[in-house]
Formats: sequence, structure tokens, C-alpha cells
Amino acid sequence: MEAPTVAASRTNSAAVAYVRAAPAAAVLPPLTTVGVLAWFKDRLFSSVGSTVMTILIVLLLAWILPPLIDFLIVDATWSGSDREACLPSPARPEVGACWPFIGDRLAYVTYGSYPVASRWRVDAFFAMLACGTAWLLWLEAPRRDIGAVYFFVVLPLASLALLHGFPTLGLAVVDTAFWGGMMVTIVVAAVGIVTSLPIGIVLALGRRSKMPAVRLLCTLFIEIVRGVPLITVLFMASVMLPLFLPDTWSPDKLMRALVGVALFSSAYMAEVVRAGLQSIPRGQYDAAHALGLSFWQTSRLIVLPQALTVTIPNIVNSYIALFKDTTLVFFVGIFDFLKTIEAARADPKWSTSVTSATGYIFAALVYFVFCYAMSRYASRMEKRLGVGENR
Amino acid sequence: MARPWESAPGVPFYRDPKYRGIALQIGLCAALGYLAYSAIQTAAENLARSHVASGFGFWNVVAGFDISQTLIDYSPQSSTYGRAFWVGLLNTLVVAALGIVLATILGFTIGVARLSKNFLVERLATGYVELIRNVPLLLQLLFWYNAVLNALPGFAASFVLPGGILLNNRGLFMPRPLFADGTQILATFAVTVLLAALFNKVVGRSAGFWGAIGVRSVFTLSILVGLPIVVFVVVGAPFAFDYPEIGRFNVKGGFEILPEFVALVLGLVIYTAAFIAEVVRAGLRSVPRGQTDAAQALGLTRPQTLQLIVIPQAMRVIIPPLTNQYLNLTKNSSLAVAIGYPDLVQIFTGTVANQTNQPVEIVVLTMLVYLSFSLVTSLVMNFYNARHALVER
Repeated sequence: MEAPTVAASRTNSAAVAYVRAAPAAAVLPPLTTVGVLAWFKDRLFSSVGSTVMTILIVLLLAWILPPLIDFLIVDATWSGSDREACLPSPARPEVGACWPFIGDRLAYVTYGSYPVASRWRVDAFFAMLACGTAWLLWLEAPRRDIGAVYFFVVLPLASLALLHGFPTLGLAVVDTAFWGGMMVTIVVAAVGIVTSLPIGIVLALGRRSKMPAVRLLCTLFIEIVRGVPLITVLFMASVMLPLFLPDTWSPDKLMRALVGVALFSSAYMAEVVRAGLQSIPRGQYDAAHALGLSFWQTSRLIVLPQALTVTIPNIVNSYIALFKDTTLVFFVGIFDFLKTIEAARADPKWSTSVTSATGYIFAALVYFVFCYAMSRYASRMEKRLGVGENR
Repeated sequence: MARPWESAPGVPFYRDPKYRGIALQIGLCAALGYLAYSAIQTAAENLARSHVASGFGFWNVVAGFDISQTLIDYSPQSSTYGRAFWVGLLNTLVVAALGIVLATILGFTIGVARLSKNFLVERLATGYVELIRNVPLLLQLLFWYNAVLNALPGFAASFVLPGGILLNNRGLFMPRPLFADGTQILATFAVTVLLAALFNKVVGRSAGFWGAIGVRSVFTLSILVGLPIVVFVVVGAPFAFDYPEIGRFNVKGGFEILPEFVALVLGLVIYTAAFIAEVVRAGLRSVPRGQTDAAQALGLTRPQTLQLIVIPQAMRVIIPPLTNQYLNLTKNSSLAVAIGYPDLVQIFTGTVANQTNQPVEIVVLTMLVYLSFSLVTSLVMNFYNARHALVER
């Protein structure tokens, strides 16, 4: 009922003294809704419970962090040539991490007992592997198909020649008993990675096959291997392979462990691939059939490219698990990275009360860097593929 | 299965997918059969050559080695390898059971913390998960055992934890309950559980105040905990504690837990909890936002929304991968070998296999034990899924 008056007053606003002509300066929002204070209020002190948790965690960090930093940096020993440097003395009652121990044993935990003169071969292998990995992981890299051939065919053969030796090329044979350290860890992981994907794909296709005998065999293999601990698979491989194979074929210790790891990781990979296969709609198969493609053509051209792409994050996650599982070759007498750390830590030359902790922290750091990098890659792929979008 | 275009007239039988499939399967079976046959032949020859016995004759032979933790009667002089097997199996089950309970509690806490609005809580939980998941379990076990537990002070300088628990480099010493009269305790607990169940049954159906989940669980809990306390206070506690004491040469009394056991449970719980936390987080996030909004629109409070709407739906997503983690924990307990805890693998595939020199039978038997764990679990899971799966229209 007041509408006309309001309209009228608006039209004459210039004439009315108490109506302002210029807009008022914007008032700043209250301090507690934007900026640092608001963030603190919202993310740290939003309620009584939240405030209590914040205080508790700050106390916890205050309790844990200073001793940790003291141990790792402040009280740590940074130079020295044997255990004397890392022993507590009246002048230095608190002794932190013994870093010269790591520096001294670094070559051992990288190459094991590999002959010093031939260690360039291991370095070459590391470099080739790094190139191949980068080629495959970088999605915009040129000619990734050649990269795949390089990684799955050329690299295994070249590394065998480099690491084990190829007398006709002048590379003397180095028995696997001398292999050790990071090199063995990477070899075991790489063999697991390279073999598990193709075998896993075959097993996954077999498990979804319409042929009952094929399906039964694949299912049995997958379920049995997944149902037992890796350590028993490794024992099995190291005990059974020499027993079931003729003497002339008898594989060495490392080879047996590699077979065990390859079988184990294939079974897990099969389930990852199967999950990918299940995400492919039935229509894709029907369309391929209608085009007259055979089973292998359908798999190779239609189904697998889609299924594997969808499941890349899961494949990388199972590679992370595989990388951590390589530590178990420890139990069948192979000197992988962790085992060489164990051996180095027991070395009387460096035996102090902090040697074990230093060795383990270094090992944990190395494993963490590898696995964390892989998991970052997996989650980036996941975002990129939009798999993780539906929340 | 036969499609119209299969077995069409005019197609020679060797191009017919049906016959090709059959031929492929026969070929595969024949090849595998031949491989198995020749492998067994070779194994028999190798065994005959090295004069190793085969079969399970060792089962009833006296073992002759000592085991540091035995839950059932075992003596190195008179017990058999078979008995050692059961001792090891029980030790594995104890670690698995305790580990599962503790890892579930820790894992759920961290999983919920990862979704917290509180920045510090969320960062701390995320940091925990990232750190623990990316370091091998074996390394963590070795760290706890060699670098932490072995570095603890000797028994004379034990840490005294609340409740009269002692912690030193010889392990964890707990007060041991001394039961006076078993029947009274049993009767009290039986009556308590019965009453709680009855209360739930009567009240469960009713609407209103008594039917609310919060009210019901608070009352049930207070019956379960309160009644025994009341009874024990009125009648007098039926048990006392034998507290461990620091003696001159050793810790006297109490209930000793091996440092290996402590390290193994600690390592397994910390490791598995990180994975359980991820399972829980994924489960909670799988409940669509609309469900929470709708619950609020209906006027449910936040706890009610969680209890009645979010958790029941999240559990459907959480339970299958959660049981997978339980199985993983059980299988991972076999890493006990590294720190010398006498579990099934350490006793059986370690000591017994070395003494009898019959590793094949022993490894196969151990695998069968673990396989039966996963078989039983998957049977239970299938039953659960059949009951709780979403019924799609």
C-alpha cells in the first residue's frame, strides 16, 4: 500500500537532504569470518571438542617433535670413520643418529657385494630403468608404444646382459650370490612389475572365460595364491623348484625367489585387471562381435585398452604393495636392501646404541620416497581419469 | 550359451568356437597334466636319491625343542611335532585376534579423524596414514623390535605404566587376575548378558524415547558394565590381582608378555590400522551428501544422522574390504619369523621343517591352514553380503 510513496521518494532522492548521493564505503567483513582469524576459528576452534583436540595435538607435537629433531639433526653425528664417532662421551652425553655409518655403508646397501670394477653396469641398469619408467609414466611422451616395447622386451634382456654378464660382449658373468642391496630390491620389484601385468591379464581373461576348465584353473590359482602369505609362497618356491625340476635346470636362489614373487604378484594383478574388465559395459563386447572381431582382437583392441586405463591407479597401488613385499625375499637368504641394512647394522665396526635406529630410519626414508612417489602418481592419474569424482 | 551364429551350417567344425573351446581345454589339461606328472616323477627321483622320508610320519615324533610361548601344555621332552603345530597355530590366532580388535579401534578412529574439520586432526591422521602405508611392514617390525623394545631399559629400571604394568626390554608385565570362585563370575556375567539382551528385545521395537538408538545403547552398556560392578561391590570382588614386582634378578609375579609378542602386535596394529582408516574413510564418503541433507531436513540431530543414516549405509561399503584387511593382518602375522615370535610359520616351517627335513609336506600344510582361514572368511562374507546387499530393483 506504500508502494507509490517509495517510488516517489526514490525519484526525488537528489532533492531530499537525508538520502545520500554517493554509496557508502563498503564495511569490512567481521574479523571472524574471513582471513587468518576465521580460518583459525573454523578449522581449529570451531567447537569445544575441536578446541580440546587442537590443544592435545599441539601438546603431543611439542612432546614428540623436539626429541625427534634433536635425534635426527641437533645431536646427530655428521662425520667420522668408525663407531668411535657415534659413542656417547662425557663431553657429549646425548648421541643422536649416526649418519657417517650410512655414508660408509652406502655403496654396500646399493650394490651388495657386486664387484667394484663392474659397478658401472649396475649404474647403467639404473639409468636405463629410469628412462623406461619415465617414458611409460609420462602420458604425453612421444611414441609410448615403442616405450612399452622397450620396457617390457628390450629392458629385461639388456638388464640380464648387463647385470648377469654376457661374455661375448666382454661383460664377465657375475654370479647372483654377489648381488645385493638396492640393486636386488629393484631387480625383484622390476621382475614382479614386468611379469605380473601380462600374466595377470591372461589369468583375469581366463577367470572370465566361458570355458569351464580354463575358468576353474585360473580361479583356483588366483584364490590359492591370494589366500596364503607371501612368505609361504617364497618357501614353496625355494624348496619345491629344485625338487620338481631336473638337476640340470636347478635355478639359483635369486631365480627361485623371483619365480615366487612373480607368481604372487600375478595373482593379485589378475584381480585388479578383472575389476577393470568388469567395468566395461556389455555393449562393447557385443559391438565388437557384431563387427566380426575374434576374441583376441576384441580383447586387444576394444576391451583391454579401456579396462587397463580405468584401472591404472589400482595397478600402481598393487605395484606399491609389490615394492614393499620385495623385503620378504629376506627370508630365503637374499641380500635385498633391507637385509643389507640388517647386515650393516650388525657390523662390529659401527656397533653403537644408535646404529640400528639410524639404519632403520634411513631404510624407511628410502622406501617411503619410492612408495610415496608412486602413490602420488596413482592419485594424480585417478583425478585425471575422473574415477574419483563421484563423492 | 550357443549363439545363433555359432554352429551355423556350412562352417567346418574346426572353425566352430564350441569345438575350438573344447579342443583348447583338452589341450590345456593335457599339458598341465603332463607337467604335473613329470614334476612328480622328478620329485620322486630326487627324494629317493637323497633318502628323505615323505608323508606325515613325523607328526607323532617327539619334537625335542622348546617354545618360548605356549598356550597349551607343551614340553620339549614329551610333546610331538603335531603338538608343536597346534601351539604355533594358537600363537598365530592369538596375535591375529588381538591385532584385529586393536587395529579396528585405531583404524576407525583415524579414518574418522581424516574427515575431521579440525585442520590439525585431519593433517595428523593423513600424515600417519601416508607414513605407515609407504614403509614395508617387515621394516616396521624390525624397527619396533630391534630399535625400540630392545633399546628399553633393563628390568631394574622398568617403565611403570598406569595399572601396575611394567615395561622393560624383557617384555610387558601385566597384573595377573587371581580368580577365587569361577562359578560366581560366570553366573554374574551370564545374568548380565541375558538381561541386556532381554532389555534390547523388549525395547527395540518400541517407538519414542526408549526406542532411540542412543538411549538403547547407553542403557545396554550400563547394564553390561554396571551390573557386574554392583554385584562385585555388594558381594565382594571375586578376584584379586597379582602385581608384577621388580625383584633382584628378574621381575617377579604378574603375567609376562614376550617382547616379540609386543613388537609383533604393535607393528601389525599400526600397519593395518592405516589401511583400515582408508577403508573407513572411503566408506563414509561413499554415502551421498543428499542422505545427510535429507536427514537434517527431517529434523534428525547430528548424532542421529550418523547412527541411523550414514553409518548403516557406510558399513555396507566398509565391511567387505575390512574383512580383507583382517585376513591380511592374519597372513602378515607370519612375518613373526623375522623377530622370533613362535607363530605357526616360525615353529612349523622354521624349526620343524629344519629338524624333519620334510619341508614340502610342512609348507603345504601351512598353506592349507592359511587357505582355510580365507575360505571360512569368504564363506562368512558371502552370507553377510547375501543378507545386507542392496536389493536393486
